Amino acid sequence: MDEHGDAAGTAVRTGPGDSGRTPVKYYQVGSFAVGNRLVALEQRTVQADPERSNALTSGHRACQGCGEALGARYVLDAAMRATGGKVVAVNATGCLEVFTTPYPETSWQLPWLHSLFGNAAAVATGVAAALAATGRDDVRVVAQAGDGGTVDIGLACLSGMFERDDDVLFVCYDNQAYMNTGVQRSAATPPGARTATTEAVGPDPGAPFGQGKDLPRVAMAHDIPYVATATVADLFDLEAKVETAMAVHGARYLHVLVPCPLGWQTASADTVRVARLATESGLFPVFAAVDGQVTSASRIRHRVPVEAYLRQQGRYRHLFPSEDRPGRPDVVARIQAQADANIARYGLLADGDGDGDEDGTRPPGSGVAGSGVAP
Amino acid sequence: MTGRPEAATEAATEAATAVAEQVTPDGAAPGEPFAVTLEVGSSLANHTGSWRVERPVYVHRLPPCNDACPAGEDAQGWLYRAEEGDYEGAWRHLVEENPFPAVMGRVCYRPCETACNRGELDEAVGINAVERFLGDEALRRGWRLPDPAEPSGRHVLVIGGGPAGLSAAYHLRRAGHQVTLREAQGALGGMMRYGIPLYRLPRDVLDDEVQRLVELGIEVELHHRVNDLAAELDERSFDATFLAVGAQLAKRAYVPAGDSARVLDALSLLSGAEQGTPPVLGRRVAVYGGGDTAIDAARTARRLGVTEPVVVYRRTRDRMPAHDVEVGEAVEEGIRLRWLSTVAGFEGGELVLEEMVLDEDGLPQPTGRTERLEADALVLALGEEADLSLLASLPDVEVRDDTVVVGSGAQTTHPGIFAGGDAVAGDRTVTTAVGHGKHAAGQIGAWLAGRDLVLPARHELATFDHLNTWYYADAPKQERPRLEAARRTSGFSEVVFGLAEDNALFEARRCLSCGNCFECDNCFGVCPDNAVAKLGPGNGYAFDLDYCKGCGICAAECPCGAIAMEPERR
Ligand SMILES: Cc1cc2nc3c(=O)[nH]c(=O)nc-3n(C[C@H](O)[C@H](O)[C@H](O)COP(=O)(O)OP(=O)(O)OC[C@H]3O[C@@H](n4cnc5c(N)ncnc54)[C@H](O)[C@@H]3O)c2cc1C
Ligand SMILES: Cc1ncc(C[n+]2csc(CCOP(=O)(O)OP(=O)(O)O)c2C)c(N)n1
Ligand code: SF4
Ligand SMILES: [Mg+2]
Repeated sequence: MDEHGDAAGTAVRTGPGDSGRTPVKYYQVGSFAVGNRLVALEQRTVQADPERSNALTSGHRACQGCGEALGARYVLDAAMRATGGKVVAVNATGCLEVFTTPYPETSWQLPWLHSLFGNAAAVATGVAAALAATGRDDVRVVAQAGDGGTVDIGLACLSGMFERDDDVLFVCYDNQAYMNTGVQRSAATPPGARTATTEAVGPDPGAPFGQGKDLPRVAMAHDIPYVATATVADLFDLEAKVETAMAVHGARYLHVLVPCPLGWQTASADTVRVARLATESGLFPVFAAVDGQVTSASRIRHRVPVEAYLRQQGRYRHLFPSEDRPGRPDVVARIQAQADANIARYGLLADGDGDGDEDGTRPPGSGVAGSGVAP
Repeated sequence: MTGRPEAATEAATEAATAVAEQVTPDGAAPGEPFAVTLEVGSSLANHTGSWRVERPVYVHRLPPCNDACPAGEDAQGWLYRAEEGDYEGAWRHLVEENPFPAVMGRVCYRPCETACNRGELDEAVGINAVERFLGDEALRRGWRLPDPAEPSGRHVLVIGGGPAGLSAAYHLRRAGHQVTLREAQGALGGMMRYGIPLYRLPRDVLDDEVQRLVELGIEVELHHRVNDLAAELDERSFDATFLAVGAQLAKRAYVPAGDSARVLDALSLLSGAEQGTPPVLGRRVAVYGGGDTAIDAARTARRLGVTEPVVVYRRTRDRMPAHDVEVGEAVEEGIRLRWLSTVAGFEGGELVLEEMVLDEDGLPQPTGRTERLEADALVLALGEEADLSLLASLPDVEVRDDTVVVGSGAQTTHPGIFAGGDAVAGDRTVTTAVGHGKHAAGQIGAWLAGRDLVLPARHELATFDHLNTWYYADAPKQERPRLEAARRTSGFSEVVFGLAEDNALFEARRCLSCGNCFECDNCFGVCPDNAVAKLGPGNGYAFDLDYCKGCGICAAECPCGAIAMEPERR
């Protein structure tokens, strides 16, 4: 706390979705922005630190506005800080691997391995075992993969890693399709979304309803010590979750939503905004679970209908009316129902219609404060 | 690969060697596959900035508060310093423009707060309350105004010691000019002293801020009414003159009144109260008019023992020129308001009020219906006009509609004579007068130097849509405590109190810093390409155009709209 701190700090940010996070007294924007000149250094995010490790450095070949590049740096820089810089990363095949390592260049500023598309969890298990065998219990292992490498082809290895409780943090960067090979549907592609293999044609345009895998819940079903979701739109939350995960041994799973401007057909500048709308609509619940039980969920600050989220994205364009098509309000309604179900399942709204002090972001009784602000 | 493993291995080696020999003419050891021959390099070699079609640039946009301030204050700028707890720095930044923060923090009608972007989020920042806190803090701690520059050898005459004249004197003196200020009254302040009542502006505050200014070395001649400007300019030569005589003459309206009826004007009531010689009013007093002066007159009358002051106004409350806060406080103090009425006569202790209706254009029209209201005195608060008799000897100074005509350079049609404040057309407020004084001082300086004053170009306005308000945490406005209504009317104690330090600091931190970077680190954090360098506290950030791909996330996620995307020119 700076010298003027306690006098003026009020709204304390203690979101319930952030297990183990020390409340930050904010100044002006201290609780939501990356940093703030008025907040003590140790209360800012890792990303605010000019000495951050930049585990994924410049010159990589990701598209403009890539959410995955952003998410990976967020996660690994936080893991580096949490472990004093002792992290080995194992990467599955996918954009993250391809855009960072065109031979002979690398963007990685930490020990990094790549083997195959489907075996990242197994390779990471092996690295952890090798470190344990050589007595290097200070070095920690992070495995990372796209949604395809996690929920589809990588799932067998991952489930085994969970089941054996291997000492690995597995991070899925979920951009909701096989982006690297040209936007094919994965089992993480949301219903209604257009991909190259689920075109926006026919009576059920886009990806089907009733299919797909909810990997955070699959992970929870393994009763592993820590499962959490996060997005690139809430850095404090994401970093707190990485820090919590690195403080635990055994199999841990972090599922990070990383918008993809190319595959989602969004403006490159909107990457963070779209991730924010995903959570503020309830479509992407941000929560944490310990030993298979949900322990916290981030409350929605300014709730928006799913339409606000969907309309930003070309992959849902066919759901909305235009001169040459009537739109599909019925599909939008089904997606809204999914958001509503998430809100109910995880308790994403603060009690008393989102106007209370549940998440500490709003003083009691300031009903006007949160209304009408589009994230 | 069955049968002869050795042979297969040999064959593979041979093949690999052959390939290596073919494709590595650069001297790689024969026998190594190409894919292990190059040294690992960093992707930093890959300048992805070449992909860019738009580049981010840090900009300053004009915060709406600053845009709205008639005195040209950089409210966002001094709030920024106050946010850090650097109150002296904040005050110093403020007095660059306006030498009266403690007065402004009490009497300004706060166009800044009306314009404040935070008003669209929850409630406007209490800019005025912080200004008052800074002003009071400066008086308490004895902070001095900045020293004048080296003497310029020029001598300027200022006529009138109200806010316009004082502000001009301040800025002229700071520029190193010799300043003589002639004031008709026995004290400086103009309407801040003889108009604005004590319960809104305690005189020790006014005295201290005026005194601090005079101490910069302004030659003040009190009780010096300039009756004939030409004669005075002949008598002693000045290099330039600033005319700031205000509007001192109360406008009258014809009210048929009997001999015994007490009819007086608001200004004499207010200045009488100020000078300890209040007029005799009686118990029931009607004030005729709908401006702030009418409200001040009624509230002053209430404090002078009038039990039933009533304000009579031709139109409706929403059309009253008086400010809402003032009207609200008056009502709390037991002042009654009568809408849609004109005074048709005053006789035998009774006012004749004629009822009005508003026509389609909102103009009051007589109905012929009258009503009677018992009253001991009638106070007219129908506005003021300038007494410009001193200009009679200078016919080349153009006067139109009872105000002095000035050009954009604040100069009258007589070279070397400048004018401002209530004596020229425009808003009649202390803040506007201070702004006129400052503006004129700059223009006079330029005129004396024989050059045009080049004002810096105004930045683009930082409108609400430039902000990403997601990042601002909700924070309730800190209200200034006020004296209970019951305790107000027994005297002239100040009604509105100041904020305590912690509340003032909190309030300053509610500022969104519209259009101006406040080092929140968002751009530094959200760039997927690490293309933002953080330059350390106070130094902001820089874009690394070698790697910036121009995605625009930094601009989109900048809370305060301090980053613009510009087309890349190649
Ligand atoms: C009752 C009342 C309440 C008000 N309340 C507010 C308020 O709350 N907030 C606000 O912003 N504004 C308020 N105003 C308006 C504000 O006071 C004026 O707009 C402002 O004071 C104008 O400044 P000025 O310097 O042009 O003129 P003035 O303040 O009128 O000063 C002119 C000075 O020139 C002197 N002078 C005049 N003629 C001569 C001469 N021939 N020779 C020498 N000296 C001369 C006068 O004695 C006077 O001191 C109020 C006005 C009144 C009447
Ligand atoms: C076994 C195998 N099958 C297919 C591929 C081709 N392939 C490379 S990346 C990729 C898609 C990766 O998708 P995802 O895991 O979601 O990562 P993203 O690129 O979207 O980040 C595919 C199909 C491969 N490399 N290996
Ligand atoms: S929020 Fe701050 S900068 Fe913006 S208008 Fe209000 S006071 Fe001015
Ligand atoms: Mg993917």
